[in-house]
Amino acid sequence: MSVETTPAPDIRKKEALFSKKNIRTLRDPLDDNNPITVQVLGICSALAVTVQVKPAIIMALGVIFVTAFSNLIIALIRDSIPSRIRMIVQLIVVALLVTIVDQLLKAYMFDVSKKLSVFVGLIITNCIVMGRLEAFAMSQKPWPAFLDGIGNGLGYGIILVVVAVFREIFGSGALLGYKIVPQWAYDMGYVNNGLMVLPPAALFLIGVYIWWQRSRNKKLVNVS
Amino acid sequence: MKFLQNIVDSVRPHFEKGGRFEKLHPAFQALETFLFVPGHTTAHGVHVRDAMDLKRTMMTVIIALIPPMLFGMWNVGYQHHLAYGMEASLMDNFWFGFLKVLPIIIVSYAAGLGVEFVFSVLRGHPVSEGYLVTGLLIPLTLPVTVPLWMVALAAIFCTLLGKEIFGGTGMNFMNPALLARVFLFFAFPAYMSGDIWTDLSPEAGRSIADAFSGATNLVAFDANYHNMQSASDMFWGFEQGSIGETSVAACLIGALILIATGVGSWQVIVSCFLGALAMGLLLNGVAPADLPNHSMHTPAYYHWLTGGFAFGAVYMATDPVSAAQTERGKWIYGLLIGAFSVVLRVFNPAYPEGVMLSILLMNVFAPLIDHFVVEQHIKKRLKRA
Repeated sequence: MSVETTPAPDIRKKEALFSKKNIRTLRDPLDDNNPITVQVLGICSALAVTVQVKPAIIMALGVIFVTAFSNLIIALIRDSIPSRIRMIVQLIVVALLVTIVDQLLKAYMFDVSKKLSVFVGLIITNCIVMGRLEAFAMSQKPWPAFLDGIGNGLGYGIILVVVAVFREIFGSGALLGYKIVPQWAYDMGYVNNGLMVLPPAALFLIGVYIWWQRSRNKKLVNVS
Repeated sequence: MKFLQNIVDSVRPHFEKGGRFEKLHPAFQALETFLFVPGHTTAHGVHVRDAMDLKRTMMTVIIALIPPMLFGMWNVGYQHHLAYGMEASLMDNFWFGFLKVLPIIIVSYAAGLGVEFVFSVLRGHPVSEGYLVTGLLIPLTLPVTVPLWMVALAAIFCTLLGKEIFGGTGMNFMNPALLARVFLFFAFPAYMSGDIWTDLSPEAGRSIADAFSGATNLVAFDANYHNMQSASDMFWGFEQGSIGETSVAACLIGALILIATGVGSWQVIVSCFLGALAMGLLLNGVAPADLPNHSMHTPAYYHWLTGGFAFGAVYMATDPVSAAQTERGKWIYGLLIGAFSVVLRVFNPAYPEGVMLSILLMNVFAPLIDHFVVEQHIKKRLKRA
């Protein structure tokens, strides 16, 4: 966020719901300020849950829900939180939301919940959530904070799904559980890549994604 | 030669600045310097121009790699005919192996150099000779039965993610050839371990001899080290294994060439061997007495002869880019490589070839070792002052 030096706008004039600034809040985390590839937060879960596409999508939805609503709730009560205990208050809000996600998954998608195992609970410690609360929600109005939460969750989700698509195609020859590498390819000697199933593959893929992103987006190249 | 020179001279204007194929200049330059000695002279100031440039360094390593390569080709044929119980002459064995190994070498060079050419054109830097050695090292570390597309994939992977992404030749912090092998090892484990070490393409009217076993010495060693072949067989290389690494004798000839020309560091080679011996003796000392077949009882010098230890110590650990740079650092680096490879072999049967992993591990630690050696040296000098 750039520091605005223009004089404070007239408070009584209402800002449009999707003003240019709000749109930027929503769109920045998708590319220019992506939580994984630029802020380098939340790497651990990106390595763990991207073996297949379906769990990755579910995980992304869970994180979007948590970041959006924790941002919203914290932004609503930000003026009444004593600054000395703000971390604990934030954690309680996040934990509440994560528990909701966890219970929903257990009730309606038990198999996916078992695959994601401990990583849903670990959304609490996902650096993206706390990072956005501290950096954005504590000093912004509820609506921009909500948009920022959705944006960052989406930015995280995009990377998760892209990595998972590559890992599932090359690691098990399938996409969303459907075989897409035809049988004749196996007959001709094609073999699934065992490395893609191991966590290091996600690290390689995220590295290549960062490479591709920076060679395309000149804004991200820091000349020192 | 004059004929080639004329062709090169006639097309040169197209690749110079302003020419039609200006973008392809690095590719042209690579071909030109491959064919002829470049006519650069120093324009400003006084410089020392040494004949020992990158190209000659790399060519020396390739010459040093010829003994294990030739022996490996012969051994491929020898093991094949042995498995079928056939008598074959020296030339028959060699010819069979040559036909099997040559495609692997060609594919490795084609894939890796392809990536290098693309990058040199995209980035505008000249194609360097670094890949000449890597491209020959990769086939020698692979089993002869490896499918060719896997070789290509590994060569592309190691050139792209092992070297070019960090800035090309001389910027890699890990040995690219070992990176290619470790990539295949984890990506396609079924093709890099198990009974794949001997080429068993069918022979008309023959069936595999009853005595044939696909297990290498490193596998035999985990179950009962007494089942390993004799030390002299392992020294000369009459055993199954990756193409270039079976013969310790051939690797030692290569080591002599590298040390005599000053291209490889003798400190690294010697300390690797010493480290393995020391760790082997230590394990002998603490081996459980009630399990006489346990691999901890293996005579320490067997670790020098088994698997790719000699090949790794001579050709991989001495890579001047990824090894430690300081004198004392080289000793620490080599000793730890030797010690770790024995530890991995003995205590982790899932990864029989510990040399590969321990060299890569120490590649990562080499800058740290150098840092501490330099720091300590500075401290010592300060105390004396």
